[in-house]
Amino acid sequence: MSIATTVQASLGLEAFVARSAGHGTALSAMGIPTRRVEEWRYTPLRAFADTVWAESPALSDAHAQTLLAGLPLPEAGSHVVFANGRKVEALSSLSDSISQSAVETAEPFEDRFSAVLNAALMQDGLSVRVPAGTDAGLLTLVSLTAGENISTHLRHQIVLEEGASLTLFDVNAGEGRYVTNPRFDIVVGKSARLTHVKLQQESLTAGHLAIVAASVDANGNYDSFTLNNGSELARHEVVATLTAAHAQVHVNGIQIVDGSRLNDLTSMIHHAAPDCGSRQTVKTVLSENGQGVFQGKILVDRIAQKTDGYQMNQALLLSEKAQINSKPELEIYADDVKCSHGATVGALDDEQLFYLRSRGIPEAEARDILVRAFLLDALDLVTDETLRALLQGSIRA
Amino acid sequence: MPAVTETRETVEKLAKSSYEWGFETDIEMDIAPKGLNEETVRLISARKEEPEWMLEWRLKAFRMWLEMKEPEWAKVSHPPIDYQDAHYFAQPKKKPGPKSLDEVDPELLKTYAKLGIPLHEQALLAGVEGADEQKRMPVAVDAVFDSVSVATTFRKTLEEAGVIFCPISEAIREHSDLVKQYLGSVVPAGDNFFAALNSAVFTDGSFVYVPKGVRCPMELSTYFRINARNTGQFERTLIIVEERASVSYLEGCTAPQRDENQLHAAVVELIAMDDASIKYSTVQNWYPGDDEGRGGIYNFVTKRGACRGARSKISWTQVETGSSITWKYPSCVLAGEGSVGEFYSVAVTNNHQQADTGTKMIHLAPNTRSTIIAKTISAGKSDSTYRGLVRMQPKARNARNFTQCDSLLIGDQCGAHTVPYIESRNMTARIEHEATTSKISEDQLFYCRSRGLSEEDAVGLIVNGFCREVLKELPMEFAVEAQKLLQISLEGSVG
Repeated sequence: MSIATTVQASLGLEAFVARSAGHGTALSAMGIPTRRVEEWRYTPLRAFADTVWAESPALSDAHAQTLLAGLPLPEAGSHVVFANGRKVEALSSLSDSISQSAVETAEPFEDRFSAVLNAALMQDGLSVRVPAGTDAGLLTLVSLTAGENISTHLRHQIVLEEGASLTLFDVNAGEGRYVTNPRFDIVVGKSARLTHVKLQQESLTAGHLAIVAASVDANGNYDSFTLNNGSELARHEVVATLTAAHAQVHVNGIQIVDGSRLNDLTSMIHHAAPDCGSRQTVKTVLSENGQGVFQGKILVDRIAQKTDGYQMNQALLLSEKAQINSKPELEIYADDVKCSHGATVGALDDEQLFYLRSRGIPEAEARDILVRAFLLDALDLVTDETLRALLQGSIRA
Repeated sequence: MPAVTETRETVEKLAKSSYEWGFETDIEMDIAPKGLNEETVRLISARKEEPEWMLEWRLKAFRMWLEMKEPEWAKVSHPPIDYQDAHYFAQPKKKPGPKSLDEVDPELLKTYAKLGIPLHEQALLAGVEGADEQKRMPVAVDAVFDSVSVATTFRKTLEEAGVIFCPISEAIREHSDLVKQYLGSVVPAGDNFFAALNSAVFTDGSFVYVPKGVRCPMELSTYFRINARNTGQFERTLIIVEERASVSYLEGCTAPQRDENQLHAAVVELIAMDDASIKYSTVQNWYPGDDEGRGGIYNFVTKRGACRGARSKISWTQVETGSSITWKYPSCVLAGEGSVGEFYSVAVTNNHQQADTGTKMIHLAPNTRSTIIAKTISAGKSDSTYRGLVRMQPKARNARNFTQCDSLLIGDQCGAHTVPYIESRNMTARIEHEATTSKISEDQLFYCRSRGLSEEDAVGLIVNGFCREVLKELPMEFAVEAQKLLQISLEGSVG
């Protein structure tokens, strides 16, 4: 992994390092990546680097309540709410089947900027463990942020013991101009299953730099779906490692990009054991001046024979000014594998549009039908009907 | 299947000698002292009797090169290259002005014989049966023996058609205006580290000019060959094809076995005007190094074609089996409306070879189309990477791209990587990309074995099938040679 050889000084960097209280060594060594850094060539952090992001002040429970009221949330299951980087006890309740502990400070890993930033500035987070053989049902984790030029850095640790299962609904929302930088460290035990459904609905002037590190043990499943729906600039980054035989990983995503916004989905699926499988379907719809980024890498170690890896990413361009940058990458060191990726970029099919219009469907509606149809198979992963309906309702197509 | 029998024979022969085409010809050389500085550049320019502007151009490139850093992004590793520890100019000593081919050094002709060039050409070069030129296969050879083009055949036929095909050093002297106008217009001197180096010290290469409306009457062919110990090979090729004209150009190479790594940094520039078409085919078989990867050639090449005219077409076809390190991205800049770019590639790596190769398709104009078919085969302890870029600029309305990258892994110690960059800034442009990585299927292998083929032959057959889409793009005689090369390159990788 390449790191900027010369760290570019910036207001943002200085402020972050000053706030880090001694945890910022790795951050100041790395700096805020410029476009010369390969991993960030399509996602410029210039505006981000030029701002002094202050420590987030506490948010009143009442304010948090108001923000919550506007969100599509399921009623059932456990709820945990964070507001401006602090847990709101009054709005949180965990099921007895989940055990909770204090979240630990983390080491940065693999020189990934979002992780390094989080390690330097971590505030709070949720650390939960689902005991062996337990189905903990649905856990809704809401992260709210409100303010101007503030940043939050939450770190969540989620451990599923052997045979455990959990559905995590990870909702991110807020108002104002801020940066959120959540980090998840996920451990999926043997035969355990975590379904991670994320709704990124941050303020349209916010920045969102999320990173998920997941390791999946034998026969375990990590199924993730992300709806990148908000933020001025957002990256959802997943680093998933399949550590033992028959582990499975899904990293699906939908990105809806309009205005002058940029949404980025970056993933690295690391097959470190034989007989594992990974599947990825990412769809991006771009309108106005929207910019979409997809960077997906499948890394197959020499030991990971019989790997079955598949990745599909498709982009639909709805306007003259929109742009998509896509980099699907395969790095393979084992010979007995089946790995493939596909990518398509294009506009709506005129013939399909004509077909619908000839059946009396108005153009706007016909377009809407086609866009939704385009997105559908990425959403297939979300089997929970309630969540699926909530997500579908949130898509700003 | 005759091709298979032939391949088997070739492989058997090869089993005995580790690198059949590894030999060194003993010809007197005129060598410049080691090292690279302005003096070296001046010396090369003076030896080539170049006009003043050319020297200035070289010096400018050299000064740019001094400011540049060697690129590090490619997925290859090698010990640092000492650019001062090489000769930048080596020229076989010639008798003054050989007027006819039979004055050519017999050692040199022997070299051609060993190369196994389709040498009905050889007889011509030797001047034995020179009389009935017209009856032969229409292939013109501009033989680059180390850094100087020694002889160019078929010159007369080409001259009659109005085609200029000569060493670039001659073109600089005799077609100065054309060279001045186009040299560096596709690959500027400061384009990248290796292109700058080449621009400063290139010693020879080919120049082709096809005038308006002319269909080049024969395939043009250059056989590159690195001969002297420690001479960097810096070839420069410039091909200009005017309106409604077309040309097919073949480039193939072998190199003698040696211990020290050799640097090769060529630059190829293609220019196609309205309705012109250029087909550029390469079979690259430079010495890949021994089983441990020692002593092979470093091949850092910049190849780029500009489709300047409407409906022009540039097609790159390459079969890369040699070199210890390959760094090569033949590209097309599609600036003419409706122009077409094609890239067909087979890259085979074995033992410790490393290849980082691919293409760039830059769509600037409406209705441009590009096709990329890349087949990568890794065996032994080698690493092979496809790295490609498809970019649709805002004006590329209704542009189309189709990309297919397939990798085949043979053995569990090698690596195959795919790094495509897909960038679209026009909603009406359509891009399709697909990539697969797999090994040779047991079913196919079993099928072949049950019909009595040895494992090695079966692999050869399957690999040739895997590469068929690319091989069929090659001119006939190259296709045969390429099939053999594939088999030879994979020798010892199975069983």
